[in-house]
Amino acid sequence: MKGSLQWRFLLILFVLVGSLIFLFPTLVKEVPSWWPKFFPQDKIQLGLDLQGGMHLTFEVETDKAVESSAERLKNDLRDNLKKERIFYTSIDRVLGDVIEVVLLNPDVKQKFDDYLKDQYPTLKETSSQKEGDRVKVVLGMDPRQIEDIKKSAVDQALETIRNRVDQFGVAEPDISRQGEDRIIVQLPGVKDPERAKDLIGKTALLEFKLVDEDADLNRVLAGDVPFGDVILYQRVVDPKTGAVRKIPYVIKDRTLMTGDTLKDARVRIDQNNRSYIGISLHPAGARLFEEITGENVGRRLAIILDNNVYSAPVINTRISGGEAVIEGRFTMQEARDLAIVLRAGSLPAPVQILEERTVGPSLGKDSINKGFTATIIGGILVLLYMMIYYRFSGFVANIALIMNMVLLLAALAVLRATLTLPGIAGIALTVGMAVDANVLIYERIREEIRLGKPPRAALEAGYTRAFLTIMDSNVTTVIAALVLLQFGTGPVKGFAITLSIGIAASMFTAIVVTRFIFDFVLNNFHVKRLSV
Amino acid sequence: MFEIIKPGTKIDFMGRRRIGFLFSGVVMLIGIISLILHGGPNYGIDFAGGTLVQVRFSQPLELDVIRDALKEAGLESSSIQGFEAEGKGEYLIRMQTSSADLGGLSVTINDALTKRFGDKGFEVRRIEMVGPKVGKDLRTKGIMATILAMIGMLIYISWRFEFRFAVGGVVAICHDVIVTIGILSLANKEFSIPVLAALLTIVGYSINDTIVVYDRIRENMPRMQRERLEKVINVSVNETLSRTLLTGVSTLMVLIVLFFLGGGVIHDFTFALIVGIVFGTYSSVFIASASVVVWENKFPKKKR
Repeated sequence: MKGSLQWRFLLILFVLVGSLIFLFPTLVKEVPSWWPKFFPQDKIQLGLDLQGGMHLTFEVETDKAVESSAERLKNDLRDNLKKERIFYTSIDRVLGDVIEVVLLNPDVKQKFDDYLKDQYPTLKETSSQKEGDRVKVVLGMDPRQIEDIKKSAVDQALETIRNRVDQFGVAEPDISRQGEDRIIVQLPGVKDPERAKDLIGKTALLEFKLVDEDADLNRVLAGDVPFGDVILYQRVVDPKTGAVRKIPYVIKDRTLMTGDTLKDARVRIDQNNRSYIGISLHPAGARLFEEITGENVGRRLAIILDNNVYSAPVINTRISGGEAVIEGRFTMQEARDLAIVLRAGSLPAPVQILEERTVGPSLGKDSINKGFTATIIGGILVLLYMMIYYRFSGFVANIALIMNMVLLLAALAVLRATLTLPGIAGIALTVGMAVDANVLIYERIREEIRLGKPPRAALEAGYTRAFLTIMDSNVTTVIAALVLLQFGTGPVKGFAITLSIGIAASMFTAIVVTRFIFDFVLNNFHVKRLSV
Repeated sequence: MFEIIKPGTKIDFMGRRRIGFLFSGVVMLIGIISLILHGGPNYGIDFAGGTLVQVRFSQPLELDVIRDALKEAGLESSSIQGFEAEGKGEYLIRMQTSSADLGGLSVTINDALTKRFGDKGFEVRRIEMVGPKVGKDLRTKGIMATILAMIGMLIYISWRFEFRFAVGGVVAICHDVIVTIGILSLANKEFSIPVLAALLTIVGYSINDTIVVYDRIRENMPRMQRERLEKVINVSVNETLSRTLLTGVSTLMVLIVLFFLGGGVIHDFTFALIVGIVFGTYSSVFIASASVVVWENKFPKKKR
């Protein structure tokens, strides 16, 4: 052991210097300019509970994506069956992805089957039966395709939300997928949580549909809705009283164009100082828009966002060039946010907020202060306790304990782990528990001394015999911490991380570092009695 | 030498194991009765779903004043509680509601308070909203985590020691968890995710403590082959007693400081830890080790 003293010294020095290097960026306000060339500059990251911010869990309603896919498929099939002269009496989407087609007579069944196989390979017949002269065919989508739709709906939602958040302007947002259909959004330091929530969660499905000019509004409101029409409302807020008025419109349910065709959306101000949104369309969208406006001069075109009518201007003339406007008594803020969501695109399916955790900046600051004060006071108490109880050996253990803290914090910086309030509690708890290894060793040494062993032998025996116990007892704590790591949400994860790192570091500091100090002292000084 | 436990201490712990069992039994029973009377653990919004808003007013208010302000906005089902651990004028407003339109609820609360107290009169410091689906998920995951942790420990102890020791260890953790949940219920504390984390930590700590004693028993067994297991365990417990107390005290010291100075957000968490560490320390002697004695008396190990 004697020869290895220098090596151990070098190892400890290496670990300590390394830790201090990793810790440096966290300790100073700004690293020197030459620093990043040689050393990492990762800082210990503070969790949302410490720096303030918002954590949101969204669920993508993937079933809705499947439904709208099936709906499109149905409309497409309807148009094509007409073209192909495959006669049917009705075609409806009855539930989810189930489409029911009633064919005019059994003779067309074969043609229908062939056509389906050829053109719609993903639509599978689940059953068919004769009903008098008619044949009822029930179709369902291929389960694999349904899976694909769901998966891509979540992917696309993730992408869209990412775009929106980027444009919203938050420093270091974190957007990730959780499980099959959940998306977690973390926005540190967000100032206006409500606005952020609105912006991210809005489906923003922009649709252009025609107003049914032939319908009698009063009769429709009485319940007599013409086939293929729906009632949608325009919300008008009185700027003075804040009262909301809803203006009904009878709209033809057929979607002529959607926001997919959008190239850009910008906030504009008109001469009356009111804000509106100017949109420009892709070339293909522009052509479609020209076609639609050309065919419907004199009619009203409703601009609908998430089933709310924003405006329904009369088409005066064919519009070419792919420019359009959305008006709607917006505040500047609303207009800006709307432009953001339109630019970022619509969500493929609605999302629901499953969980929200928002911590205000003042509470975060309080938590840091309180957490650190408590940890430092607790730490000082433990240091005193060890000094009083074990005297010189207690002092040695305290050096190990302080080094343990340095290692723990450095590890947090290296692993880019997040420090949370429970994480700080984990550090404090580590302080309390890290002394356990030294207590075990010292109690052993005391026993050996009582048996009459000289210092060096007592030390040797104490360390050797305590080692297994330390190992066994720490492994179980780590098992608990690992389980927590798997299960926990943000703050709790932070606790599990600091606790496991702290315990691992204590194995090094409490065993290797203290042993080195003792060996060093025994080698260089004449020690008759161990102060333990 | 400073010693809290003099060497050669011979306390007959195992002889008094019945007192320990009785004490634990009574504590557990009281806890379970409290749980039954409260209709299960007092789940916080993490597990039950709902909304929690932490508000700081510029000055302390009567709860009724806040309640009134919320009532006007139609928020009657809310419970309001002072949150002194975070400071004066700090309150927690809880609501069980968690409709899909949850975003709206915190706005409603905000509006209601602005109407009564003005923009400057209060500050919303924290909003937590958990939908019922997430709550249920977390509950299942929490139970899974606890079971998983216990199985992990059982396997590890069986591998390192003998199965009868593992049984004692697991009995002890179950004891600690039940006692802690019971006392939390008695103290009317909420059962939240941090509290669950505390429980798992307690499990880890308690086993840690137990293993130190078991380790000594394992070491002493070959030396004291002629002695009855009860005697061996007694000696081992006594030999490790000062370490058990020293570590327990140092951990508790830190936790007590955290409890008083760490702020309201982790109050329940540290409370649970304190209770658990006290009982975890106690159980490694009176439950874990004593269970091995009971097991041995029931199913004596065959001497080869």
